[in-house]
Amino acid sequence: MTLAAQNLSLAGRLKNVSCALEKGGITAICGPNGAGKSSLLQVLAGLLETDAGQVTLDGESLAALDSRAKRLGYLPQAPEIAWDVTVRSVVELGRIPHRDAATAPVEAAIAAMDLAGYETRRAQALSGGEQARVLLARVLAGEPEWILADEPLAALDIGHQQALVGHLKREARAGRGVVLVLHDLAMAMNHADRVLVLDEGRLVADAGPTEALSSERIAEVWGVETRWLGEEGARALAHA
Amino acid sequence: MNRATLIFGVLLVVALPLSLLAGRVWLDPSSTPNTAIILAELRLPRAVLAIIVGGGLGAAGAAMQGYLRNPLADPGLFGIAPGAALGAVVALWFGYATSEWLLPLFALIGAGGAMALLAAIAGRTGGIALFTLAGLMVASLAGALTALAISMAPNAFAMSEIVLWLNGALTDRSWREVWIAAPLVTLGVALLWRTGRSLDALTLGEPVARSLGIDTSKLLWLLILGIGLTVGASVAVAGIIGFVGLIVPHLVRPLTDRRPSQLIVPSALAGALLVLVADSVVRVLPLVTELRLGIALSLLGAPFVLWLLIRMRRGLA
Repeated sequence: MTLAAQNLSLAGRLKNVSCALEKGGITAICGPNGAGKSSLLQVLAGLLETDAGQVTLDGESLAALDSRAKRLGYLPQAPEIAWDVTVRSVVELGRIPHRDAATAPVEAAIAAMDLAGYETRRAQALSGGEQARVLLARVLAGEPEWILADEPLAALDIGHQQALVGHLKREARAGRGVVLVLHDLAMAMNHADRVLVLDEGRLVADAGPTEALSSERIAEVWGVETRWLGEEGARALAHA
Repeated sequence: MNRATLIFGVLLVVALPLSLLAGRVWLDPSSTPNTAIILAELRLPRAVLAIIVGGGLGAAGAAMQGYLRNPLADPGLFGIAPGAALGAVVALWFGYATSEWLLPLFALIGAGGAMALLAAIAGRTGGIALFTLAGLMVASLAGALTALAISMAPNAFAMSEIVLWLNGALTDRSWREVWIAAPLVTLGVALLWRTGRSLDALTLGEPVARSLGIDTSKLLWLLILGIGLTVGASVAVAGIIGFVGLIVPHLVRPLTDRRPSQLIVPSALAGALLVLVADSVVRVLPLVTELRLGIALSLLGAPFVLWLLIRMRRGLA
């Protein structure tokens, strides 16, 4: 039940990164711009080859795993929908790795993302928040063991951010592994079970959010003096 | 079978017998002399060839637009049609056109050369941007060499023959051209049909398609082969017939759920219908010499694309 990276190196992007992620919780990958967050996520998803190191899923090398597409669901940073297809058509794309037309997982994903009634609407015509739900429903329809999402909260207003995080938490509680690249450190602090902090391609922290995102660490990695306000689960970050 | 397949299939079945009767001389099976010979040796092979050529170009256009995720993409962008045209022009330049097989053979060699060049430049990476640029460069190179061949034609007759041939037509074609094109186009359409699921996945972008298990390099090879066979064989038997691959998917798309996989077969049928009808129309137009099919479709296609651009500018497309 482990998605593990061993000594990953990729010229200019990742330097000897190792980690072992467990299912059943949310792991956030944080770091300044250019730290290698998206690269690490793509390597974990099997979409980017490294110069050295390997990724394993339950001990098996991802590169040699035929079931990779079924087990890992990937949501990119800048999602696109090229044609004026319906919401249902987009969600059904999640079944491609299974090579079937099973309707039950598609219906379940539509229900989980509160998209009932949207099935015949054109996905391109939806708002950003609605599209984010449709695209996450596409991932869920594939019934992956892991959800790997790159900045899924970017471009969403605070209401939609909370709703999407709520959905992802439910998926994690249902036993899936959820790995998110997050720029919003407060989101990571309040909702992640574990945080990986990258700085210039190096993994500088791999711990619970309180430890990984301490004010000292933020000063060291982001170069900004800050302090956390509020109580656990409802923290806000303020400039010191 | 989707709605578009049914509609264009029925229209094609209706149009085929009408096109057999249409021509400078309208056939009346009860009174026209030699009707059977005219039908079997002239009208039927020409109609079948129109269906083959149009079907190949329509399917190629649908696959091309799906791959590039661009409604303005055309199979000509791959450089395969200009490559095939260059091959045919070389045959005409050397006077090989008198041989029954050499002109289409040279055209197929030209298409194969363009495909090989494309595959060598962009085949390994599977990247769409590199592939498009490579296609444009192959098209540009083949176009320049064709222009060079025209400008250095050995005599005025060869030059006129080349220019005339480049404006595609189905005039004077026989069963020979049908037998050359039919197997190649059928295989090409079958390969393009196989890309449907991958093209659907590309709707959400290349990274998502790869995350869904799509092998983008294999997809690229299938497309190069599929478009090479359909477009190469079409040019080999009919010359350059533009705009079919660009226009047809637009006629089909509103009748489908807009997934690229749902467009390929109906686009083949609609392409066949368009070329069959256009070829029938050029036959019945009261002109001194028959209007070349390639010119007729360009006269129809260019305004259509302009109308499309205006629609897109208004955000309605």
